[in-house]
Amino acid sequence: MSAAVPVRPTAVAPTILEVENLKKWFPIRRGLLRRVVGQVRAVDDVSFTIRRGETLSLVGESGCGKTTTSRCILRALTPTSGAIRFRTEAGRQVDVAVLPKTELRPLRRQMQMIFQDPFSSLNPRMTITDIIAEPLLVNGVRDLEERRRRVRELLDLVQLPAAYMNRFPHAFSGGQRQRIGIARALALNPALVVADEPVSALDVSVQAQILNLLLDLQDRLGLSYLFVAHDLSVVKHVSDRVAVMYVGKIVELAPTAAIFARPLHPYSEALLSAVPVPDPRRRRQRIVLKGEVADPSNPPPGCHFHPRCPYAIDRCRGEEPALRQLANGHLARCHRAEELSLGGVQEGGETRAPKVRAAAH
Amino acid sequence: MAEPILSVRGLQTWFHQDEGIVRAVDGASFDLEPGRTLGIVGESGCGKSVTARSILRIVERPGRVEGGQILLRRADGRVTDLARLDGQGREMRAIRGGEIGYVFQEPMSSLSSFHTIGNQLIEAIRLHAALGKRAARERGVELLSLVGIPRPAQRIDSYSFELSGGLRQRVMIALALAAEPRILIADEPTTALDVTTQAQILDLIRRLQDERDLAVILITHDMGVIAEMTDDVVVMYLGRDVERGPVDAIFHEPKHPYTRSLLRSIPSVLATPRSRLRTVEGSIPHPYNRPAGCPFHPRCPDAMPGLCERSLPGAVALGERREASCFLHEKPASGATAPVPTLLEPRA
Repeated sequence: MSAAVPVRPTAVAPTILEVENLKKWFPIRRGLLRRVVGQVRAVDDVSFTIRRGETLSLVGESGCGKTTTSRCILRALTPTSGAIRFRTEAGRQVDVAVLPKTELRPLRRQMQMIFQDPFSSLNPRMTITDIIAEPLLVNGVRDLEERRRRVRELLDLVQLPAAYMNRFPHAFSGGQRQRIGIARALALNPALVVADEPVSALDVSVQAQILNLLLDLQDRLGLSYLFVAHDLSVVKHVSDRVAVMYVGKIVELAPTAAIFARPLHPYSEALLSAVPVPDPRRRRQRIVLKGEVADPSNPPPGCHFHPRCPYAIDRCRGEEPALRQLANGHLARCHRAEELSLGGVQEGGETRAPKVRAAAH
Repeated sequence: MAEPILSVRGLQTWFHQDEGIVRAVDGASFDLEPGRTLGIVGESGCGKSVTARSILRIVERPGRVEGGQILLRRADGRVTDLARLDGQGREMRAIRGGEIGYVFQEPMSSLSSFHTIGNQLIEAIRLHAALGKRAARERGVELLSLVGIPRPAQRIDSYSFELSGGLRQRVMIALALAAEPRILIADEPTTALDVTTQAQILDLIRRLQDERDLAVILITHDMGVIAEMTDDVVVMYLGRDVERGPVDAIFHEPKHPYTRSLLRSIPSVLATPRSRLRTVEGSIPHPYNRPAGCPFHPRCPDAMPGLCERSLPGAVALGERREASCFLHEKPASGATAPVPTLLEPRA
């Protein structure tokens, strides 16, 4: 384990992706005429940047818009509005949000995706070679020998024996399949990799192998990751910065160490507090939020979090807070961010003794 | 140490399939004490869910409880071996849902979408208690309010699909408590839920346990949930309990190499950002390719060649409530496995 956190070179690296005021609203249609009666604001005014070689994680609970955001960036969904500026290999900046379909294709080589479910994301009728080589074939690598050479290289990169080349996916475990999915994503030398819950379907002992592999590949190849996850423990092991989303909006964005040690938004605090810590000597007094996540088609007025927020005041009910920079690189969307002193998780943080239950029954 | 309310000894549940026999549970032993929470933890295929289903005798064909004992101490002090009962018989049906309540992972598939939650609750209540419809309904409303469902008198007439995941799981817990069981088995009760909802449900289980002095078996793959919720822990790997002990000892003095490796490989919110994790070599074997000898030996950092791949280690007692099935802890002189004391004997 590293003692001191070295300053990662990414802090000064050029920006590769710039998302600005991204919105994705889904219309709700009703009736015979399919009239639009409302809008689900899945992503509502999201802005962030990713530098070369950096990992930004989007975290939040189901329905917060983290996956929709990542799908807009890959243009699997067309955004309602906003800009997604991507710096290409050639150094040109293009807006993925408005690019015509014909121009998207060459760009897709540079942005790839790793999927959550290693069982449904690999075609069971294709050999490993065919699966990994498919993006090469699609992108005009005609020579079979050339493709096979590249597949061997990629398998080596994800630490799978080249002897597996001609097997089918069913012969592999979940962790090995996820390695195959990663090899496929890297086949075209992408600059940005979007990983949507890449380890949440895996067993704990295998999860660690894949997380380490993702970190190694990033260091070797200078990849940028947009990491979408709900598990804050996993996020802490891979991220340089973390963006917390709630009902379609980023409520806090900060360097990893800062947001875990001292969150500035009450929702981040509650989220951190809810994570079970794998140490019975550190049982904590949890902040248990009341109620449920707001409906993105009918969010509450003011701050979307106010009905569940233990610190809410009148102002929060009427006035929507803006995402403000409060410390170096630390942004939060809360009226009371300066006055509140919220708790995070830290070595030697708050603890509660394990409940002593009378063994004498 | 209190006398256990449930004692599982050498449980074997096998699935007979065309390709061969899958020994999903193959020699699991543990004790559940009254008023305490026992965590069963392990990765996929370790047999933790099949163990729960074996206790409830709801293992689906081609699975079958093949051997071992499931000794339940009844309210009147008698001891019944559930492994010998007819799974569909009258006595087992009275125990299942009566003395032992259970909550499963998927609240959507465990609840009927054709009946209101009230109908299902009233049915469960009247199955185990001689109550009229009206009284059962009142009891149902009480139960819903007990598990923290807002406006229970109205919600009792809603359908499960009208509720959120967290509320559905609360309804499942209300159903499990309908007959006032002494034991609650919760199999991955929060795995399908978001983390803030998980915190609510875990809080609820803890509160109900304190109020009703329930004995709880909590089955999960999440070491964090185990650390926060349990008193005693059973670690399972490929159908066997590899280690048992009080929660503090399991986390701070793990004795089995699998427990140690597992604990080192879990991501934690307390970790240094971007720190690499220690990993367990390899992956969990396919059930048809069960390794000979100790099932963990191909992945074990401490495997002793010539021993671990040949023979199966038995459980070695390492103090009160503490056991590990590993040759590292056997006294080299004796060579023999320490016997597992049976705490309850069925009166036939």
